[in-house]
Amino acid sequence: MATKRKVDADLEALRGPIIAPGHTLGSVTDKISEVVLEKGTPKGWFIGFAISFSLLMMMLMSITYLLAVGTGVWGVNVPVGWGFAIINFVWWIGIGHAGTLISAILLLLRQKWRTSINRFAEAMTLFAVACAGIFPILHTGRPWLAYWLFPYPNTMAMWPNFRSPLIWDVFAVSTYATVSAMFWYIGLIPDFATLRDRSTNRVGQTIYGALAMGWRGSAEHWGRYETAYLLLAGLSTPLVVSVHTIVSFDFAVSVVPGWHATIFPPYFVAGAIFAGFAMVMVLAIPLRRFYGLQDFVTMRHLDYMARVLLATGLFVGYGYMTDAFIAFYGANPYEEYMMMNRFEGPYAPFYWALIACNVVSIQALWFQRVRSSTVALFIIAIIVSIGMWLERFVIVVTSLHRDFLPSSWGMYSGTFWDWSLYIGTMGLFGTLLFLFIRFMPMISIFEMRTLLPEAEVEEHD
Amino acid sequence: MSDSTRNTENGAIRTLWTPEAAQTTDAAASVDATDAMDAMAAMDAMPVSDALATAAEPERIDLTAIREKLAAAKGPELWRGLEEVAQTEEFQQFVNAEFPASAELVTDGVSRRNFLKLMGASLALAGVNACTKQPTEKIFPYVKQPEEIIPGKPLFYATAASLDGYALGTLVESHTGRPTKIEGNPEHQASLGATDSITQATVLQLYDPDRSQVISRAGEIRPYAAFINELGVQIEGLEGNGGEGLRLLTGTVTSPTLVAQIEALQARYPEMRWHRYEPVSRDGARAGARLAFGKDVSVDLDISAAEVIVSLGADFLASGPGGVRYARQFADGRRLSGDSTEMNRLYVVEPLPTVTGGKADHRLPLEASRMEDAAERLATLLGVTGAKAAVFDERHETWLSAVAADLKEHRGHCVVIAGDQESAITHAWVHAINARLGNAGKTVRYREPIEAQPVSHRDSLAELTADAAAGKVTTLLILDANPVFDSPADVDFAGAVDTVPFSLHLGLYADETSERCLWHISQAHSLESWSDTRAYDGTVTIVQPLIAPLYGGKTAHEIVAALLGQPLASAHDIVKEHWSKAAATGGRAAGVTAEEYWRRSLHDGLAEGTQAVVVSASVRSGLAGRIAARRREDESVRAEDADDGGFEVVFRPDPHLWDGRFANLAWLQELPRPVTRLVWGNAVLVGARLAEENDLADGDVVELNYRGRSLKGPVWIAAGTAPDTIGLYLGHGRERGGRVADGVGFNAYAVRTSDAPWSGSGASLRKLGETESMASTQLHHSMEGRHLARHGTLQQYEADPGFQSHFDHIDPEGKSLFPEHPYEGYAWGMSIDLNACIGCMACTIACQAENNIPVVGKQEVINGREMHWIRVDRYFEGDLDDPHFHHQPVPCMQCENAPCEVVCPVNATVHSDEGLNDMVYNRCVGTRYCSNNCPYKVRRFNFKLWNDWETEQLKMQRNPDVTVRSRGVMEKCTYCVQSINHKRIEAKREGRDIRDGEIETACQQVCPAEAISFGNINDAEANVSRDKAGPRSYSLLGELGTKPRTTYLASVRNPNPALEPPGESHGGHGGHGSHGDKAGGNGGHGDGH
Repeated sequence: MATKRKVDADLEALRGPIIAPGHTLGSVTDKISEVVLEKGTPKGWFIGFAISFSLLMMMLMSITYLLAVGTGVWGVNVPVGWGFAIINFVWWIGIGHAGTLISAILLLLRQKWRTSINRFAEAMTLFAVACAGIFPILHTGRPWLAYWLFPYPNTMAMWPNFRSPLIWDVFAVSTYATVSAMFWYIGLIPDFATLRDRSTNRVGQTIYGALAMGWRGSAEHWGRYETAYLLLAGLSTPLVVSVHTIVSFDFAVSVVPGWHATIFPPYFVAGAIFAGFAMVMVLAIPLRRFYGLQDFVTMRHLDYMARVLLATGLFVGYGYMTDAFIAFYGANPYEEYMMMNRFEGPYAPFYWALIACNVVSIQALWFQRVRSSTVALFIIAIIVSIGMWLERFVIVVTSLHRDFLPSSWGMYSGTFWDWSLYIGTMGLFGTLLFLFIRFMPMISIFEMRTLLPEAEVEEHD
Repeated sequence: MSDSTRNTENGAIRTLWTPEAAQTTDAAASVDATDAMDAMAAMDAMPVSDALATAAEPERIDLTAIREKLAAAKGPELWRGLEEVAQTEEFQQFVNAEFPASAELVTDGVSRRNFLKLMGASLALAGVNACTKQPTEKIFPYVKQPEEIIPGKPLFYATAASLDGYALGTLVESHTGRPTKIEGNPEHQASLGATDSITQATVLQLYDPDRSQVISRAGEIRPYAAFINELGVQIEGLEGNGGEGLRLLTGTVTSPTLVAQIEALQARYPEMRWHRYEPVSRDGARAGARLAFGKDVSVDLDISAAEVIVSLGADFLASGPGGVRYARQFADGRRLSGDSTEMNRLYVVEPLPTVTGGKADHRLPLEASRMEDAAERLATLLGVTGAKAAVFDERHETWLSAVAADLKEHRGHCVVIAGDQESAITHAWVHAINARLGNAGKTVRYREPIEAQPVSHRDSLAELTADAAAGKVTTLLILDANPVFDSPADVDFAGAVDTVPFSLHLGLYADETSERCLWHISQAHSLESWSDTRAYDGTVTIVQPLIAPLYGGKTAHEIVAALLGQPLASAHDIVKEHWSKAAATGGRAAGVTAEEYWRRSLHDGLAEGTQAVVVSASVRSGLAGRIAARRREDESVRAEDADDGGFEVVFRPDPHLWDGRFANLAWLQELPRPVTRLVWGNAVLVGARLAEENDLADGDVVELNYRGRSLKGPVWIAAGTAPDTIGLYLGHGRERGGRVADGVGFNAYAVRTSDAPWSGSGASLRKLGETESMASTQLHHSMEGRHLARHGTLQQYEADPGFQSHFDHIDPEGKSLFPEHPYEGYAWGMSIDLNACIGCMACTIACQAENNIPVVGKQEVINGREMHWIRVDRYFEGDLDDPHFHHQPVPCMQCENAPCEVVCPVNATVHSDEGLNDMVYNRCVGTRYCSNNCPYKVRRFNFKLWNDWETEQLKMQRNPDVTVRSRGVMEKCTYCVQSINHKRIEAKREGRDIRDGEIETACQQVCPAEAISFGNINDAEANVSRDKAGPRSYSLLGELGTKPRTTYLASVRNPNPALEPPGESHGGHGGHGSHGDKAGGNGGHGDGH
C-alpha cells in the first residue's frame, strides 16, 4: 500500500503540482478572497467590464429592433429558415458543457485537479446557457408567445406537440439550466460563508451572509453538503450527455439531407465538450495571469485541458469523417449531393475552414512544447471556438440552402442584426463573468484548501 | 352559376357607401355651420377667425407638392385628406383650432362657457371649411336588406375585362358589395371559365390607392362642373368650324356604344380626327391582312382542330385576344386521358423564349430579322405561288423542311400562326400558307374586324404629333391612353401635347400624360363602370359595375357624351340606350324585347348573336409582287441603321405589366416572368452564347446603343434567346405610374422607334462595370439529375404508358412505421397534369387574390422571402442556347406523412380528418422548423408585417373567408379550405354529398389549360381519382415516404421523328432511371445573387 502511495506521489511530482508549493490554508484563502474583498477595483476590470457592458447594450438595441420590425431583420429566408439564432444557440450550449463536465463527471471520477477550474467553469456554463437561452426565444416569429412551448394548463386546452424535438429541447435546456444553477450555488455556499466572515463592511456581510444560508461549517453541515453535492453531481452527469444529444435531435429527427444522421448525438456531445474546454482555456489563461493565480491554475491544469481538447477534437474529426463516409456509402443521392456541396459548393470555404480549425489546428497539441505554452494554447483555444461556430454554420446553412428541389435553392448570409445580436450575447457573457469575478470567489476556496498537504488525512483502512 | 346567385343588374350595390353620400353628409354639416357662424360673429378675438376667412375662399392646393410628398412617403402611408398631406395653412389652423389652441385659451383664463362656445364653433367650422374633408369612416346598415345579399355569401356578376380593347368574359365575386376576386365566365368563348394573370390582377387595380382620385386642371383640383363649363366654351368654338382642331386619341376601341358615340361625334364635327395609338398594336397583322386579302379581317383560330401547329413568333397561348381560349384548345389537343395517344404537335420559331415556345415540341430560336424569310421559306417549301425564298443554312433548312412535310401531311388539320408582333409580310405569307394548306375555314376563320375603323396606330399617332406640332390641334382628348410614356422615341408626343391649348386626359392614374395635359379626369375602373366591349370573335359583353366609383371616376362614354352636348348623361343610360336601339342589337331574336335582351345579356355576360360575321377571305393573286413592293416600302421607311453594332433588339410587351399600364400592381410586379423568373424590373435579355462571348453575367449593367439612342440596364441571361439577339420588355421604368411602379426597371420605349416597333438591328452593348442586384424567384435551373418534373416522348409513352415509374428508386407506397390515417368520408387530393401546364403563372396570382397573400417587394425577393403559395418551377434541360423547358406548379403537397406536422412544437400545423395539412395561424409561434423540414419548400413565412393593415382600399379587396396573416407566422396552401367548407355547408344543408367538380380551388379555377384536377380521392369515379390512377401519375419526391396528396402527371413531348429520331431524344432518359439529365442547363445562373 505504502509503495503504491509512494509511486503515486512520485508520479504527481513528475506531472507537476496542481497547487504550487508553499501555500498554507491561510494563504489560499487570502489569495482567492482578496480578489473579491480587496478595496478598489483594478483598472483592467473596469476596462473589460465597460467593453462587455457596451456590447450588452448593443444586444439590447438589436433585440429591440428585432422585436419592432420582425424576424425579417435577420438573413433567414426560405429555404434557410434557421440561421444565426440556431447556430449561436448550439454554440453557446456547447460552450456550457465543459462546466458541468468538469464539475460533475470529474468530481465523480475523483480528478482532484478539477478543483481550481471548476468554479468558473460552472459559472461559465450558467452564463453560456443564459446566452444560449436568448436565441431560441428570439428566433421564433412571435417571441411573446414562446411560452406556448411549455406544457401549462391553459384556456385553449392545448398541449404542445410532444413529438417535436423543439419541445424536447425546452425540457432539456431548462433542466440543464436549473441543475447547473443549483450545483453552482451549492458549491458556493461554504465560500460565501468565508466571504461573510472576512467581509469588513456591512453590505458585504449582509449579502454574503444571506447567500451563505447560515453556513457554520459544522460537521453536520459538511456531511449534508457532501451528500447534496454528490447527488447533484450524479444528476448532472447524464445531463451533460442528454442536453447536446437532444439539441442534436433538432437536426437528426428532420428529413433534411445533412441533418438526418444517426451519428449526430455522440458527435454533438463530443463537439460540445471540445468547445467547452476550449472556452475554459480562453478564459482561464488570461485570468490566471491577470489575477496572478498561476499557483492555483498551474501548467498541469492547462496540460490536462489541452489533452482533453485533443481527445475530443479527434472524436469530432472522426464524426466529420463518418458523416462524409456515410453520405457516399449510403447511396442516397440527396446526401451525396449535400456532401459534395459542402466540399465544393458556395459555402465550401466555410467547410474547409472548419476542418482547418477543428481537425488540423489541434494536432499541434500532440507536442509537449505546445501544451506548455500559454500563448499557443490560448491561440488554439480561440481557433477551436471559431471552428465550432463554423461547424454549426456549416451544419445549419449548407444543409438547408440546397435540399431536395433545386428550384427552391437559395443563399444565406447574416445581416448586421444577426451579428450584433451574436456579439451582443458575448457582451452579456462578459458582463456576467466580470461581475462574477468581482463579487464571487472564482476558485473554490475550501476545495483548494483540501488540496494542501496540511489537509492530507491519514486514511485508516 | 345558378340564376339565383347571379344578378342581372346590381342596383343593390349602388346603395352602398359612395363618395356622393359622404358629400351629402358634409353639406348637412355646413348647414349647421351657418348657425355656428352667427355665434362666431358675436365673439371677438378668436384664433379661428382666420380660418373662417380662408373658408370663404379656399386656398388652392398644390397637387404637385402633394404628389411629391406621397412619392417620398415610404410604404403605404395612410393619409386622410389631401390637405393633411399638403399641410396647408388652413388645415394646420383647423387642427390647431380643434385641439391645442383651444386648450391654450383655457389656460389663459377664459371661462369654461367661452371655451365650450369656442369648441362648438370650431367643430362646426370643420363643416364650414368644407374643403378640409373629415375622414369619412361611416358604416351603413341596410335599412332594408336586399333580398339577394346574405352576409358571408358571395355573389357573382358577369362582366368583362378588356385588354387593348379585347374582352375576356369574367364572373366577379362580390362580398357584400365589394368585388374581391375575378373568375372566368364559362359561357364566354374567350374565357371558357378561365382567365389570365393580368385579368386576375385587375381587382387589385380597382382598389389601388395610387389611382387618380380627383379631377384637376393644370394641377389644381377642380369639380367636374368646372370642366363641363370650360368644355362648353371649347365646344362653342368648335361648332363654328366643324370641329377643326378637335382630336380624339384612344387605344383600340371595340365598344359598340363608344363607337356609336364617336360616329355621332364625327357626324357632328366633320373636321374632327380620331387617332388611335396602342403601344402593343396589331399593325403588322392588320397590314398583313390587307396585303393578302385586300381587306381587314380578324383571325379566329380553332386550335382544337389542328394536329400540327406552327407559330412564327406567336405567343398565342399566353397573350393576345384569344390566348386563354387557345391555351385550353391546345391543352385539349394533347390530353392523354384513357388510352388516347393522340397529341397535336407544336413548332415554334421565335427570337425570345415565351410561354408558347416553352411548350413547343420543337422550338427554333431565330433572329427576328429572319422571320420574314423563314415564313417565305416555309411558303416556298409548301408550294405557295410566288414564294421563292433562298435556302437557309443546313440546320434551319432541315428544321423548316421537316415542318413543311409535317404540315403537308396534315392539310386542313394544321395551322400556321403569325405573332401580333410580326411584320405585315410574315402575316401575308402565313395567310397564303394557310390558304394553300386548306386551313382557311377549318382551323382558321376570318371575321369582320373587331376593332372599329381600323387604322395603322403608328401612322395615326405620327399624324397627330405632326399636326399638334404644326399648331393644327386646338382641342385634344386623350381617353385611357398614356402616349407620353409609351409613344416611340422618335415621336415627340410630349412636346406636341404642350402646344395644344385645350388638352384632356382621362385615365385611371395621374400619369406621365396627365402631367402634360391641361385637364386630368379620373377614370372609373372597369369594375366601377358601365360599358361594353367585344371579344376576339366579336361577341359583345356588357360591362356592368360591381361597385360605385370609389373616387367618382368618369368613363369615356361620359366624356364623349359631354362633347356631344349631353354633359349629364350617365354611362348606364348611354350604354343601355344604345342597346335598346334595334339596330345596335342585331343579335336580338324576334319576339325578345329590348329589356329582356338587355337583362339576359347582363346575366349571361355576353350578348347573343353579336359575333363578328365570318367572311370569306381569299388570297389575292400577285401576292409575291405586293410583298416585294411592301418590302421595298418598309426599307425606305426604316431609318438608316446607325450600325452601332451587330446585335438585334427585340421589343416585347412585358408578360405581366403589358405596355406598362399595370406597372402599379404589386401582384404583377412580383409575379415571376414566365421564362426569366425575374420580378420587380426588366433586364437586357441575352442568350447564353452572347453573354459568354461578351463576358456578361446576370446583373452586369450595360449601356445599349441602338440607332443613336441608348439606355442603361442590367443583363439577364435568358436561355433560348436567338443568337445575337437582345430582348427588351416594355412597360417598365415608369416615372409617374404610382408608388409601386415608379423607378422599377428601365424604360425600353426610350430606344424604340416607330419604324421598327418590334425589332431592329444595329445595336451594341457596352459593359459599364457596375452590377445591379436583380430579383428572381428561382436561382437554380437544373434538376440535378433528380426526376422532379418527369417527362418523356410520345414514342416512349406509346411503348410504355408507365414509363415515368422507372424513375422511382424506391416504392413510394412503401411501408411506414407510422400507422396509416383512416379517411372515411372525404379525402381531398389534387393532380396536376404537367402535359397540360403551359407555365403561364395564372395559378400563382389567382391564389394570391383568393388567399390574401401579401407582396414583399424587390429586396425581400432577393432575400428569398416571396410568399406565393403555389409557384411554378421551371427547369431547363439540354443545350444552353436552345433548351427544353419544364414547368411544374408546386402547391402544398398535403402529405399524408407530413414532415412539417411532427416537428411543430405547438401543434400549429395538423392533419385534418380529410387529409388536409391544416395551418392554424393563431397558434403558430414561428419557429420555422416546419419550413426547414418541408422537402417541397412550399411553406411561406411572414418575416415582416407584409400585409397592409392600414390602407382602407386594400382592406376592401381581401377575401373575408381567409385570415389576413400577421408578422411572424407561417402560411401555406390548404387547397382553398374555405371553398371546401362553403360547399360542405351547402351540401349538408341539401342533405347530399359534395359532388365531384363542385369544389374548385383558385388555381384550378383559373387554369386556362385545365391542368389541375381536384376532388375526393375516396371517390373512385372522381376526375382526380381517375387522373391519379393513370400510368403517368407520380408523387414528387415520393421516395421520401411523405405520401403527397398532390400528385403529378408526367408530361409527354411529341417530337417529329424526322427531327428527333426515337432514342436520341434528350428528354427520354433512355429508360430506367438513369441520371441522364445531369448536364441540364444551369442557364449560367449561379447562386450568387
